[in-house]
Amino acid sequence: MSMQATPSRPWEKEKIVRRNSGLTLLLGALIAYVIVLFTGFAGPDGWAVVLFALAATFTFFRNRRLSVKERKDSRARLLIAAASVIAFAPWISIFISVLFKGVKGLRPNFVVSDMRTTTPDDFLNMGGAAHAIVGSLLMVLIATVITLPLGILSGLYITEVRGRFSGVVRVVIQSMSGVPSIVAGLFIYTTFVDATGTFSALAGALALGILMLPTVARTSEEVLKLVPDDLRSAGYALGARQWRSTLIVVLPTVRSGLITAGLLGVARVIGETAPLLATALSNTSFVFNPVSGPIGSLPMYIFGMLQIGTENSINRAWTGALILLIVVFGLFSLARYVAGKDKR
Amino acid sequence: MENVDISERSELKGTQMNETTSNTAVLETEFAGLETRDAHAWFGNHHALAGVSLQFPARSVTGLIGPSGCGKSTYLRLLNRMHEFIPNAAMAGEVRLHGQDIYAPGVDPAAMRLKIGMVFQKPNPFPAMTIRENVLSGLRLAHIKVDDEESLLEKCLTRAGLWKEVKDRLNASGGSLSGGQQQRLCIARSLAVEPEVLLMDEPCSALDPGSTLRIEETIKELAEKITVVIVTHNMQQASRVSDYCAFFLTDGGPGYLVEADQTRKMFTTPNDSRTADYVQGKFG
Amino acid sequence: MHVVHSRGDKVFRGIVSAGALTSLILLGLIGAFLLARGIEVFNTSGFKFLTGSNWVAGSEDGVIPNDFSIGPMIVGTAIVSLIAMLFAVPMSMAGALYLEFYAPQNVRRVLVALLDLAAAIPSLIFGLWGVQVFTSFGERWAYFLSDRLGWFPLFSTISDNFGRSPFVAGCVLASLVVPITTSVAREVYSRTPRELVDTCFALGGTKWGAIRTVVIPFGKSGVVGGAMLGLGRALGETIAVYLLLNINFRYTFKILESEGGNVASLIATKFGEATPDEIKALVAAGFVLFILTLTVNMVASAIVTRSTKGAPA
Repeated sequence: MSMQATPSRPWEKEKIVRRNSGLTLLLGALIAYVIVLFTGFAGPDGWAVVLFALAATFTFFRNRRLSVKERKDSRARLLIAAASVIAFAPWISIFISVLFKGVKGLRPNFVVSDMRTTTPDDFLNMGGAAHAIVGSLLMVLIATVITLPLGILSGLYITEVRGRFSGVVRVVIQSMSGVPSIVAGLFIYTTFVDATGTFSALAGALALGILMLPTVARTSEEVLKLVPDDLRSAGYALGARQWRSTLIVVLPTVRSGLITAGLLGVARVIGETAPLLATALSNTSFVFNPVSGPIGSLPMYIFGMLQIGTENSINRAWTGALILLIVVFGLFSLARYVAGKDKR
Repeated sequence: MENVDISERSELKGTQMNETTSNTAVLETEFAGLETRDAHAWFGNHHALAGVSLQFPARSVTGLIGPSGCGKSTYLRLLNRMHEFIPNAAMAGEVRLHGQDIYAPGVDPAAMRLKIGMVFQKPNPFPAMTIRENVLSGLRLAHIKVDDEESLLEKCLTRAGLWKEVKDRLNASGGSLSGGQQQRLCIARSLAVEPEVLLMDEPCSALDPGSTLRIEETIKELAEKITVVIVTHNMQQASRVSDYCAFFLTDGGPGYLVEADQTRKMFTTPNDSRTADYVQGKFG
Repeated sequence: MHVVHSRGDKVFRGIVSAGALTSLILLGLIGAFLLARGIEVFNTSGFKFLTGSNWVAGSEDGVIPNDFSIGPMIVGTAIVSLIAMLFAVPMSMAGALYLEFYAPQNVRRVLVALLDLAAAIPSLIFGLWGVQVFTSFGERWAYFLSDRLGWFPLFSTISDNFGRSPFVAGCVLASLVVPITTSVAREVYSRTPRELVDTCFALGGTKWGAIRTVVIPFGKSGVVGGAMLGLGRALGETIAVYLLLNINFRYTFKILESEGGNVASLIATKFGEATPDEIKALVAAGFVLFILTLTVNMVASAIVTRSTKGAPA
């Protein structure tokens, strides 16, 4: 008789109960909508407030037959759910706004043209942010070329060489991760920009590098720390010198981890605006020479278009934001994918 | 096919245990009111336990024994609805307390768990609480008002065999006690809400032999008033503390109940040869 | 490790050490540079740099003397960050508890993935959203507050302009901080020993009982650490605040009025047309900000490390 037993979950609410509570919620939402129509409350926020008030009243009356313990439980559930909605609403709203407002200006010309012959308020089928995308890529590339080796070497210094200054290196790197981005920009502005007499991609890249280095160094250190000592000893046992052991055993083991470190560093800085304000400034056309003068970047493009404040310029800003978000999320997903490969 | 046999057999044994006990002393045959009928458990698609029917004798210690992976801990957690906290868990059959299926709709699991308490494998006093707060924590959690908390505190700690050791430092942190003391504190904590049944999931597996013996004494004393169900890996422990034993086994598939009987009989003349092999340490 | 180093090893160690020391020197240089400029300004302006409320760039002939101080900026930074944390901390705790204990599994999986991405949204996009989407809501709430609670000094207003106020900027900063603090809180809550939670249920407790008795006390220090991490981010945030707050050199505690102060935003506003002396003062302001965020970050990482290492005794 028992093999006919079918798994069930009696602790879960029955379908009809779930459907009823769903219907109740829908009804509440409708009533809230009607109340919003006829009272001073307005907009989605007013609607949410009314819905919450309705839910609270409903819970209060339904709870009257429950014990104190259950009443507190259900009150906590309602409050936690409501507070979560407030916590999650902004960034969900950001995802949605960026997607819907950004898609309007997402046309082929946006990723191939620059703004040299287009004014920001021109129709969206003219001009684009290609120069800004190229500028961002150029600066991030330079920043990566400079900081990735330095960051990895710092990690190696702490974990492999274990030199005298390991502690100092770690503390300084840790503290520099707290440098406000504008301060990094100001530093390059008063030193490098002052000395060269011009804003440039190189100046921007240096400022981004300052912000990137701590991320890369810390991630590298953490990744290298995960290499078991046995593995190193195994290298030595085979008669390998430390440098060979590091190059042949340690680094290949954590290759994807180090790639992740770089990707996270890039993702950390590619959306930075404040340091570029003081170092790279912006430009309306393509610049390929890293020392020739001001250069456009995606964040500065968005920032500039937003500041101009006309309808089409703001549309351009949203489209820029959409591209920026896609790039950042792409980098993060890539980092996670690569990091995941290491574990297997 | 084979599975059908198994479940029918376990059904049979469960009933048989009842018959066996009815031949013994009157006090021992009294039914604790806790029973399972054809209980199954799943984790996702993994069928972990099949067709266990068993009635628990009152005011006695029933040991659940068997090799690891045979579903005895799963079965224990099924008895007070702790099973359902595991994601994707599912079950079938009935668990009855005084004739009422505890999985029936409308049953308040929290109220039910007040009657069927649980002690876990590792001692786990609430870290942020003093000894006193730990013992009385159940009252706060269940919103039970008690007139005389001090005497309840003393009573529970005494029954758990810990009163003499801690009566002068009730406001010390629960974490300041030794492992064995912590586990007895956890027992005292479970007793404060006055359960009828106390489930224990290998309560001594994390303890040294000395502490283990103390806990075993405590368990025997507890069984004078309440029903104890204890999962144990340790044959000696089962023979020392339990009055009844239920032997679980798996053949690679879901765990099932082989037989259940008085511990004395299980360790000397069990009905099933596999039980004999297991208690003699031939496998597991 | 006892390893005999060959010449190859010495070269290897030399290269690695050189790399590490370069990073050290580069980063150290910034600190030293900021420190030097900071000391310079403190020597000329003294403590008044931190308390005064003037920002006057002197004329080249010296007729008008330099007078730089950032008192209202520091207070303003504190106010905006405080508003942000006041919203962000309870909301993130609730959000984390919801994700860990209430959300259905599939909802949870989606939200957690999105939350990780949200923590990576550049602050510029928060600023853009703040200006274009949130401000209209924020203004409405500010109007509501001043209308109903205007008798309370904090909410009193003179003008009817609620945009670009510390309140609106604080709300957007809160949105910016929430993904970070929620992630940390969720991580910490998920480490609550399963058996402690189970024990609460076994003692007849409800879900809320278990959360209150075990989960929140267990996660306390981790959540505080996460909040400090968020605070560090809020204090140093430049571009979002720049877009959402009017800078004014006057001490004000009227959070609904569209004026306030912010050190990072001040730097971004002023450096473009600054005189050489003004630049020095801005660098000194940057130094003050750096020390502020550094302190907060250090405390935060100390707390987080302590709470994630070893279980409490």
